Amino acid sequence: MSVESGLSRRGRIWFEALTGGGAANLSSLKSLCVADAALRGETARFIAVVPDAQNRFPRARGGEVGLDEGWALAQHVRATIAEANDGARRPIIAIVDVSSQAYGRREELLGIHLACAAAADAYASARLAGHPVIALLVGKAMSGAFLAHGYQANRILALDSPEVMVQAMGKQAAARVTRSSVEEMEKLGERIAPVAYDIRSYASLGLLHELIEGIDADAPGRIDVDRVRAELVDAITDARAGASDLAGRLSSPAARKTRAASIEVRRRLAEQWHSVEQGRAAEQRDVRS
Amino acid sequence: MNTDAAAQAGYRRFLERRSFIEMNARERVRAVLDPGTYREMLGPFDRIKSPWLPLQGIVAQADDGVVLARGTLQAKPALIAAIESAYQGGSMGEVSGAKIAGALELALEDCEQGRLIFPVLLFETGGVRLQEANLGLAAIAEIHAAIIALRRYVPVVGVIAGMVGCFGGMSLAAALCTHLIVTPQARLGMNGPEVIEQEAGIEELDAADRGLIWSLIGGERRYAEGFADDLLEDDADAIAAAIRKAVSADPASAAKPARSMQVERYVELLRKLGPTP
Repeated sequence: MSVESGLSRRGRIWFEALTGGGAANLSSLKSLCVADAALRGETARFIAVVPDAQNRFPRARGGEVGLDEGWALAQHVRATIAEANDGARRPIIAIVDVSSQAYGRREELLGIHLACAAAADAYASARLAGHPVIALLVGKAMSGAFLAHGYQANRILALDSPEVMVQAMGKQAAARVTRSSVEEMEKLGERIAPVAYDIRSYASLGLLHELIEGIDADAPGRIDVDRVRAELVDAITDARAGASDLAGRLSSPAARKTRAASIEVRRRLAEQWHSVEQGRAAEQRDVRS
Repeated sequence: MNTDAAAQAGYRRFLERRSFIEMNARERVRAVLDPGTYREMLGPFDRIKSPWLPLQGIVAQADDGVVLARGTLQAKPALIAAIESAYQGGSMGEVSGAKIAGALELALEDCEQGRLIFPVLLFETGGVRLQEANLGLAAIAEIHAAIIALRRYVPVVGVIAGMVGCFGGMSLAAALCTHLIVTPQARLGMNGPEVIEQEAGIEELDAADRGLIWSLIGGERRYAEGFADDLLEDDADAIAAAIRKAVSADPASAAKPARSMQVERYVELLRKLGPTP
């Protein structure tokens, strides 16, 4: 089962399945798996954050992105960019199964916000440098942890499985902050897609490149792994053919429907931006004269 | 005699000081830009509201709590985005998030075409608006992407004045800025105290312990630990002057590595904490 003593093994399962298990872990942290493995004729870097019951930061023992994990992610992603001096921009695959960022007093004091920003910065920098960055959601992709590990990808893929979810805050905490109950939150999610926790609701927002159906996410067989590999290869090809920004997240039919306001804001903003520009030029002449 | 004169001058300065914290988002933007150059975009009369709040029985405000304006800073083209903390705690919904991300994307286009425009973000936010949850989170990822891309051309300046502070995914946005200005009334943290208490238990953090919380994430502490570049009193003129100074730095200084790029330095600092920090 994916959940043993409450901790998800999905990240490790898919990391081993996709890298063949035998690849050397390049990370000195037990909570981070980093390896290079072949993917359709080229070498890709695979990265997963996994639980480590002995993590020196107690609040980061359950597969959370903590201080060490955030900075180590930044280090390994930036190393991949640095190694690409010969011109070959290797794909980077973020295998995402992160229950949250680490919540704790030490974490705040030592700047967990900066550690997570550093990871996001590294992934975005890799994308801008021409590396195809693909996020593969195999478990939870929660909040700040997903912002740090995966949300800066060119393309986001997800397994269609009940344990795969994307959300901004855990159910209990969200209920407390919005002064409602978990039951009320769940009911609301049935009506309002962005507040739902399940991956199918998330898919309706148009942010996914592909929802991969019919995969055994807990015990993938060879056919499952081959299918996911093929989807990764497609996503890499698509990313290389597209722009290095995140504009693709607004172009799918689902996005045009559910994120219509995001698109409308940009359209009207662009109109006003350029008319303001002309107005400002005239104004500047007035000020100077 | 001299001391008296100095004391009196200090007293006068204190009385004449204009509080930045007490200003709403629109007033803050006006206080920062060169006089007479304020041009708001997607203002309240454009009536682009949250499509999600009315579905949940909440009245949507006509600007969704974000003020965007173009103008100049010492005659340099500037874009200011300010978050209104009085509306939904300054939270990022689909529209408010898209306003900031979209404006930064347009600034990036201009920069790419050689027309430098200097972005300034006035943070005052609890992070994602939970009523719009995943669409707020997605917009925040787009804000991060735009800041990181823009920083290659111009410094991106952030201000956290207070009293709400800057939390959640937006704390990452603050951390990505080239130059971050805080006041002693600012708080900068990834996880709000209530959320930590909920997730980790009251033994980890008592959200009601105000003194402890300010000592962890208050502006003075953040500045002392090197997580912010300027610590300023709550003075609109001083804040405006610090923004001008940060912007007037040679554009080449945008190449100066932002804090979030100084990976080896922070990895080494963390390593020194030892096995049981």
